[in-house]
Amino acid sequence: MSEPRDSLLKVRDLRIGATVYPPGEKPHEIEIVHGVSFDLEPGRVLGLIGESGAGKSTIGLASMAYGRGGVKITGGEVRVNGRDILKTSLSDLRRLRGGEVTYVSQSAAASFNPAKPIMEQVTEAAVRHGKFTRKQAEDRAVGLFRKLGLPNPETIGKRYPHQVSGGQLQRCMTALALCPEPDLVVFDEPTTALDVTTQIDVLMAIKEAIRDTGVAAIYITHDLAVVAQVSDDIMVLKLGDMVEYGTTDQIINNPQEEYTQALVSVRSIRHEEKQPTDTPLLQVENVTARYKGTKFDVLKDVNVELHPGQTLAVVGESGSGKSTLARVITGLLPPGAGRIVFDGHELTPDLATRPRDDLRELQMIYQMADVAMNPRQTVGTIIGRPLEFYFGLRGAEKRRRVQELLDEIEMGEGFIDRYPAELSGGQKQRVCIARALAAKPKLIICDEVTSALDPLVADGILKLLLNLQKIEDVAYLFITHDLATVRAIADSIAVMYQGQVVRYGTKSEVLSPPFDDYTDLLLSSVPEMRLGWLEDVIASRRMESAGN
Amino acid sequence: MTKNIPIAAAIGLFFTALYFLMAILAPWIAPYGMAEVVGGVWEPPSAEHLIGTDNIGRDLLTRMIYGGRTTIFIATAATVLSFTTGSVLGFLAAVMGGWVDQVMSRFVDLLMSIPSLIFALVVLSVMPVTVPVLIVVMGLLDSTRVYRLARAVAVDINVMDYVEAAKLRGEGRIWIIFREILPNALSPLVAEMGLRFIFMVLFVSTLSFLGLGVQPPAADWGGIVKENKDGIVYGIGAALWPAVAIATLAISVNLVADWVLNRTTSLKGGRG
Repeated sequence: MSEPRDSLLKVRDLRIGATVYPPGEKPHEIEIVHGVSFDLEPGRVLGLIGESGAGKSTIGLASMAYGRGGVKITGGEVRVNGRDILKTSLSDLRRLRGGEVTYVSQSAAASFNPAKPIMEQVTEAAVRHGKFTRKQAEDRAVGLFRKLGLPNPETIGKRYPHQVSGGQLQRCMTALALCPEPDLVVFDEPTTALDVTTQIDVLMAIKEAIRDTGVAAIYITHDLAVVAQVSDDIMVLKLGDMVEYGTTDQIINNPQEEYTQALVSVRSIRHEEKQPTDTPLLQVENVTARYKGTKFDVLKDVNVELHPGQTLAVVGESGSGKSTLARVITGLLPPGAGRIVFDGHELTPDLATRPRDDLRELQMIYQMADVAMNPRQTVGTIIGRPLEFYFGLRGAEKRRRVQELLDEIEMGEGFIDRYPAELSGGQKQRVCIARALAAKPKLIICDEVTSALDPLVADGILKLLLNLQKIEDVAYLFITHDLATVRAIADSIAVMYQGQVVRYGTKSEVLSPPFDDYTDLLLSSVPEMRLGWLEDVIASRRMESAGN
Repeated sequence: MTKNIPIAAAIGLFFTALYFLMAILAPWIAPYGMAEVVGGVWEPPSAEHLIGTDNIGRDLLTRMIYGGRTTIFIATAATVLSFTTGSVLGFLAAVMGGWVDQVMSRFVDLLMSIPSLIFALVVLSVMPVTVPVLIVVMGLLDSTRVYRLARAVAVDINVMDYVEAAKLRGEGRIWIIFREILPNALSPLVAEMGLRFIFMVLFVSTLSFLGLGVQPPAADWGGIVKENKDGIVYGIGAALWPAVAIATLAISVNLVADWVLNRTTSLKGGRG
């Protein structure tokens, strides 16, 4: 096999170990990356993709010879510009990091120093490494700000991190990484924490900046549709092993391995929309709400309906009031005006005054299954408590019913005495579903239940929810920012923007033109699993704005 | 569960157990009667009196054993009292919030702004100094510290989704406090307990040393220091024995508390 001589980054048989601390056992070493090899040439972009625990970030950081706490590079070699950086001296590493290789992390908000203006931080590495004088670095930074499409590129550097939005800060961080003219930039999930409508701008900015500056990049993400837009090659990872490595075109259009095929075809659930019935189960009428001590209405005159056994999806960006709507319906936040009619009668505004049957029939599932379950209770207690509380089941009878519920969520035997920490992310969410089901509810509010999960696991949860809807005839109020999820499971959709419902109707109505501006923006921002999607969207948006 | 105890914890456990056993079994293991005068003043260690005699000729080892019994009993009882009141009130304040929390927290701030030793001296100077009064005064004064910690920990836990889920289910305050919050607040509280116990030992010893604690002829470690402190001038070390006892007890209890803290945080799903 001939190796290209001009390889910028050459990784051979990279092995990485970590210390684990299992409960009740002695800490010991395990291997988390098992011999990964790849090459990266100047100007190319390699996408690393995989679910959590696949070792993506670990490999990304290893290309700057860095291991997070407890992580050690145990074998193999990493060559940057021909020299083995695993064997080099600390002072040489200092020149490498932030000079030749730079890093863009997932959360810009957590990575910037809030006490210093942005410009100082963007130029720091370049000045410290002696690549530019302060003046040169600042000029270069302004140029980068402009290239990344930041507003007021001349003055934005004077602002502090909290004075710009999340998407802008993420672009500032890209400028920070590009400022010292590095040879390689590692992007670690740079758009994952952003809203879809913001993500597309940042993605385009990053892509153009990479193309214009000619750096090489490693782009880490769990979203195949995103990585397909920016990278030339893709490496699929699973549990520290390389599954497939090829050009983006080959991975997306002709995946060889079963695992890659599953990743590509994720979110392919289809669900036939049901027609509204005569009597809605839940009616939210003219609801307006604000949080205590504020003067700002988070919900403004919201009207939606949900029919028995159907799914209403509430979509919108963060801050649009989706979760507040759930808090109002559950009674955690009494509304300022309007009323909520549930199953033929009006619900009292405050949770504390609701009869037990109302509480039972309206259950909730949370985004973070980790914190939705008491870590000191076993699965049996968690699912068993609603049975005991609402139906007075005890002892063997309760245990039998818990096992039935576990079977229903496709988990089976052997989980009843486990603690939440002994479950995987998907299993945790399943237990939360079982806890909601245990109350025999008529309505379950699902607040971003799949957002924290890996795509394949999320797919499994959605299938389970659809299945359970058929068996138990339960209605879902499904809060999400992910339109692909909405397409998969909704019967009707409410699009929320700044506390108002801007579009509401059955799925087919909402998802077919003519669109209002916001829904159009939202729909067109969802990454599609095809090459060139990003360019198409940006081009059509530019045409529209030119037409106006 | 107890198979791999670290060496430090084992040492701590050994001495703590030794002191507590000595306290419980005092009447059976003490060589002489508690207030019995059996020899001369400040006799040096001998076969009859293993660590000598005290300022009026009582057997010092006997005094130490009985003194430990009093000190450890008072400190334990006061710790239990301060933990029950402090944590229950702290949890309640966190769960109820609003003005209940405000009133209780400001009242505790008020109590804490007065140095507890001075406060205890004032209270004890107007009340009869008996063991139950001592326990109540020390326990309640110390419960302000426990309240602070318990409330801070509970406020954190109270915003967790699982507590919200319990509220949505319609659970009452008792369930939320004892089944959702308490198990998750236990490890910081247990660690604090070891520390507070030692403060109690020091507190009661200080009070006795100042003459407002355990009253003679009953023995306690602070009192023994007080009775024998004049001997130090003449090179007689009788007052040092209780000091050594207090120090070793403090260290060993903390070694145990550290170990318990480590163990509970590394439990399945433990909070770090």
